[in-house]
Amino acid sequence: MHELSVCNALLEQVESIARDHHAVRVDRIVLQVGPLSGVEIPLLRHAYPLAATGTVAENAELIVEALPVKVRCSQCGAESEVEANRLLCGRCGDFRTNLLSGDEMLLASLELIESAAGD
Amino acid sequence: MCDTCGCNITPGNEHLVSNDGKLARTPDGKKAVTVLRSLLSENDRQAIHNRGHFDKHRVMAVNLMSSPGAGKTSLLEATITALGSELRIGVVEGDLETENDAQRIRAKGVPAVQISTGSACHLDAHMVHDALHKLDLASLDILFIENVGNLVCPASFDLGQHRNATLLSVTEGDDKPAKYPVIFRAADLVLLTKMDLLPFLDDFDPGRAEEQLRGLASKAPLHAVSARREDGMEPWFDWLRAETEALQRRVAAGETLRPAVQPDGARLHGLEREPDDRATGHLMAPNP
Ligand SMILES: Nc1nc2c(ncn2[C@@H]2O[C@H](COP(=O)(O)OP(=O)(O)O)[C@@H](O)[C@H]2O)c(=O)[nH]1
Ligand SMILES: [Mg+2]
Ligand SMILES: [Zn+2]
Ligand SMILES: [Zn+2]
Repeated sequence: MHELSVCNALLEQVESIARDHHAVRVDRIVLQVGPLSGVEIPLLRHAYPLAATGTVAENAELIVEALPVKVRCSQCGAESEVEANRLLCGRCGDFRTNLLSGDEMLLASLELIESAAGD
Repeated sequence: MCDTCGCNITPGNEHLVSNDGKLARTPDGKKAVTVLRSLLSENDRQAIHNRGHFDKHRVMAVNLMSSPGAGKTSLLEATITALGSELRIGVVEGDLETENDAQRIRAKGVPAVQISTGSACHLDAHMVHDALHKLDLASLDILFIENVGNLVCPASFDLGQHRNATLLSVTEGDDKPAKYPVIFRAADLVLLTKMDLLPFLDDFDPGRAEEQLRGLASKAPLHAVSARREDGMEPWFDWLRAETEALQRRVAAGETLRPAVQPDGARLHGLEREPDDRATGHLMAPNP
């Protein structure tokens, strides 16, 4: 299970951004995760509290947006939404497609509470 | 550009920044900050550094991934036997299955560094970097990195390798590519291993394994080998020779090679994917 490593890396980033903004607290963390990133969202949610304990984001709400898998066909040009293990063109069935989305593993945004001093 | 890390906005995420005011501050001191950075950007940064080490010494780095016991170490042993006099090979051992993998490699007369992964289920770029400093890269042409035997976790972590090779042994079932799409999609080459056992297995169909691989939009060559019998290995050796030459040409031109499919972070940070110019060798025609 590598989701704990991913969460630890996430919190290192969150803490560093919080420091840059002189934040006293992080209230909300928004992630975007596609199935082809290799990160399982339920495992990520499960690992998060372990990694967040004692950090500025300890009580933050974790929002994970699941992104769809989309491909564009290099033969007919069609764009289709597909299953993670069947990346074929939805129109002509060709396997020569390029991934448009679905492999993301992103820290999208944060909501912080700044200290009275501000930045 | 993202003002926190300077990374690129992609078509998949631009809506987050375009619908205004993401740095907006509310009266109660709340501040929303747009980041749009890979969760593993620190690993990705280290991976780029590792690739720089390889390129500086013109060493082709190949990451080997598979489930436990699929035959990675045996493949390396047979590869060293066949190519050891032609290419200078080194190995970073990260597999925790068998304690003595590095010793098996050293017994073949090539340098090997064992990474103690502890309970880790994958290698990351920092672990590989520590190992690199125990190797004399200047005296190598190819460095194999034997990843932890695991079909899930290793695929998400860029190590700085130039190419990924994924092994699927015929004892595992031909449906593995569809069950583990992330790792098989990441492969620049797939080897079906332990082919000498195929006659004893009535439920493994190499054609079906390839069909599932193509279902992942993969153009990676797929070859069937038996390391035990040293059979069918020539296309794998040819691929290693060709990729090593390709890397050396690229580096001489001030460029590098990256796996065709990269974890998302690399793309976010503006690293171009390579043009699709690789030849593929098929067991059968792709099934559209
Ligand atoms: N029959 C057969 N067995 C193999 C072959 N390659 C590896 N093995 C066996 O599979 C087991 C695991 O091999 P190993 O190379 O250690 O796998 P790794 O864990 O992926 O490094 C060992 O018992 C090997 O002898 C092969 O080509 N044919
Ligand atoms: Mg091994
Ligand atoms: Zn099409
Ligand atoms: Zn270094």
